[in-house]
Amino acid sequence: MNKPFVTTSSSGVSSPSRTVTIVQASLHKRYRAEKRFRLLGLSAVICGLAFLAFMFVDIISKGYTAFLQTMVLVDIDVDPGEVHVGNLDQADYQGLVKKSLEKLFPEVTGRQEKRELYALVSSGAGTVVRQRVLEDTSMIGKTIALWVPANDDVDMVVKGHVERNLPESERRLGDRTLGWIEALESQGRITTRWNKTFFKSGDSREPELAGILGATAGSFYTILVTLVLSFPIGVAAALYLEEFAPKNRWTDLIEVNINNLAAVPSIVFGLLGLAVFLSFFGLPRSSPLVGGLVLTLMTLPTIIIAGRASLQAVPPSIRDAALSVGASRMQAVFHHVLPLALPGMLTGTIIGMGRALGETAPLLMVGMVAFIVDIPRGFTDPATVLPVQIYLWADSAERAFVEKTSAAILVLLAFLIAMNAAAVYLRNRFERRW
Amino acid sequence: MPGMILLALLVLSAAAYALGQRRVLRMVGGPTRSRALASRPRYYGTYVALWCAVPALGLLLLWVFLEPMVLDQLVLRHLPESYRSLPPERVSLLLNDIKNLAKGGIASGQPDPAVRDAVEHYRNLQSLAKTALWVVVLSLSAVGLQFGYRKIHITFRARNKVEKVVETFLIIASTIAIFTTIGIVFSVLFEALRFFRLVPWWEFLFGLKWSPQMAIRADQVGASGAFGMVPVFTGTLLIALIAMSVAAPLGLLSAIYLSEYAPRAFRTAVKPILEILAGIPTVVYGFFAALTVGPLVRRVGESLGFAVASESALAAGLVMGIMIVPFVSSLTDDVITAVPNDLRDGSLALGATRSETIKRVVLPAALPGIVGGLLLGVSRAIGETMIVVMAAGLAANLTFNPLAAVTTVTVQIVTLLVGDQEFDSPKTLAAFALGLVLFVVTLILNIIALYVVRKYREQYE
Repeated sequence: MNKPFVTTSSSGVSSPSRTVTIVQASLHKRYRAEKRFRLLGLSAVICGLAFLAFMFVDIISKGYTAFLQTMVLVDIDVDPGEVHVGNLDQADYQGLVKKSLEKLFPEVTGRQEKRELYALVSSGAGTVVRQRVLEDTSMIGKTIALWVPANDDVDMVVKGHVERNLPESERRLGDRTLGWIEALESQGRITTRWNKTFFKSGDSREPELAGILGATAGSFYTILVTLVLSFPIGVAAALYLEEFAPKNRWTDLIEVNINNLAAVPSIVFGLLGLAVFLSFFGLPRSSPLVGGLVLTLMTLPTIIIAGRASLQAVPPSIRDAALSVGASRMQAVFHHVLPLALPGMLTGTIIGMGRALGETAPLLMVGMVAFIVDIPRGFTDPATVLPVQIYLWADSAERAFVEKTSAAILVLLAFLIAMNAAAVYLRNRFERRW
Repeated sequence: MPGMILLALLVLSAAAYALGQRRVLRMVGGPTRSRALASRPRYYGTYVALWCAVPALGLLLLWVFLEPMVLDQLVLRHLPESYRSLPPERVSLLLNDIKNLAKGGIASGQPDPAVRDAVEHYRNLQSLAKTALWVVVLSLSAVGLQFGYRKIHITFRARNKVEKVVETFLIIASTIAIFTTIGIVFSVLFEALRFFRLVPWWEFLFGLKWSPQMAIRADQVGASGAFGMVPVFTGTLLIALIAMSVAAPLGLLSAIYLSEYAPRAFRTAVKPILEILAGIPTVVYGFFAALTVGPLVRRVGESLGFAVASESALAAGLVMGIMIVPFVSSLTDDVITAVPNDLRDGSLALGATRSETIKRVVLPAALPGIVGGLLLGVSRAIGETMIVVMAAGLAANLTFNPLAAVTTVTVQIVTLLVGDQEFDSPKTLAAFALGLVLFVVTLILNIIALYVVRKYREQYE
């Protein structure tokens, strides 16, 4: 492979015919090497593509079922003795669900057995009943047929994530419970439905009640802070460095600094946020405000670098023309150069925001990993963000959280793809080539 | 509350803008004669609006930062002497309680009369501060408006003044990068120095044992803990090495193939797809490494007869390598396309095949750039957090066996800092010392890499 391909005879006097023979003799080998090298390159590309495909297929196959939720049909006697106008809010609705289960399986008597029976439905089933009764109080005293969410273990069995014919010791659910599930299935009392809870609720310890709305709202506030701060500052810095700054050691220093900051590990920005924003300034922990500030510092270099590149792409003739008709430098830049460079700057900003949206490590440092059930309503409420939610769920032991994690990843990727598509559209629609 | 004040300021400055513009137009005798002005009319408006908004905004910002501290001091002064002489951490606990009670929340334990009095005092102070803020900010804004309004006349160069303000803003924005760096250096260095007062630096840098978890309680056996970072750092290097031995060949070869061989259609289709790899959040890679690649590596290893840890360095390194591929390949792509075509044509004209041209001419010419790109890749691998937090271990084993579980600098920082923190325990401070090491190492790598890449670029420009 590494043989020299131009040969001269050792005496220094080469006869042309001899050289041609040597070259021709080696041609076959060299062409083979050429082909091998080419194949090697192609296989590297294919390797990358295959990994990407493998990862997507794996995550989608694990996650798509989380968009469905197993529901159990129960007939609930809304007993006026239990529920009346006075205690609509705190009545024991879960007890009603339990009673209806007992009625479905009257043969269950033992305490342990009963507990297993109750575990068929989610601990959030009572809330569903409560909502139904609150909507329509005339239900009191009647029997309502109601679909309530199943427990996560039942959900896993129904969706086929847990093999039913494993030996009992290797399953989370006993044979008895499996028998009940089969009985319910044969009566048509089990179905899977579009999982609204997943999009409408915050985090929960119960997989079947956990949702991503809280994390999505947290991400929204955090990214909003990041965008509002980093876009104007980034554009301003790019403008100064590219259009106004004198070329001296100070601006050189700033430039080197920005390039270095772009390559500093993100977790170091988290340490900065912890020491400066939380300890020194005493801003509220776990809040989108602090998260946004940290992400602003992290994304600024990206935005500045992209902004400078798009300012450089504007031809100098534009500036010269504006200056020659009497505009000041500021006017030339703000009235003529900036509007032309703005699409490129926006593209860079969207890409930076995409990176901020997927960032996890620095947010762990500023306390956005807390278990938060409530949906944040402002910039100083404790919150978490989508990637951190993914991290938290990935750490949970329950099998059902694997599904939720994958589904949350799919949602996050959907947001990122939408943002990148917007960036590509902007670039194609507005960018001018000179 | 600051939101409402901001809104009020916005309205006021809009009014100031209109007033300024009207005044100067009236002075010159109507819009038709605005040519006689030193600047366009809207610059006069902007000038007055700036006077109206900027000083008031500055005051508002200062107030928001200072108010909590001042209120704390005032409340403390109000408390009886017996409370004020408490140790500082008890005082801050007490202040916390008072604030919680004032908000209508609950405090730890039953509040006594003195505290309840302080709560009342705090509430009063708060509402007083709120009113005072409104009055002070709005009057400052009005004074500013008045001042700016008075200053303008026909020959006044409003544009120059406004442009000066804008330029100042631009300069401040561009120095934020410097302040960020200073902030990083100081916050990490300060805490790290406190750590080195508790644990000598030579023990930290050269110690062979890392077990910070033991230092929780003073009376425990081995209470001092062990803070030798050598095993942590070798773990980091091991994973980075595995990652680079995946990323370097894959990234280089795919960049070479895409820029030198691939047909145009293939290139335009495949390149964006490969770049998706760079856009995927690292937490997703971490999940994939922990749940799919880790068990897979383990199964394959065990079927071949090796003992594989469930959180092996290999799994984390492999996935990290894939993550870095697009990074390496896009940098390589840049430097390869920067090699002048004359060099390629010369080699091809001598009868070299394409692969010979690439290996003997293009790559040697692009070598500095490629090395720079790889160094940046290494710095990324060292600083990467989520993949290793989710897929690598916690135990600091001093080993170079890729099938064993190792831990990394970033994993340790996360485990030490997530959860409850006491700012004076060596456990928490150790995280900052590790952060300092991480920052310094990646900084050195970045500086060398950026320097090499820059020198290389200049060579062909």
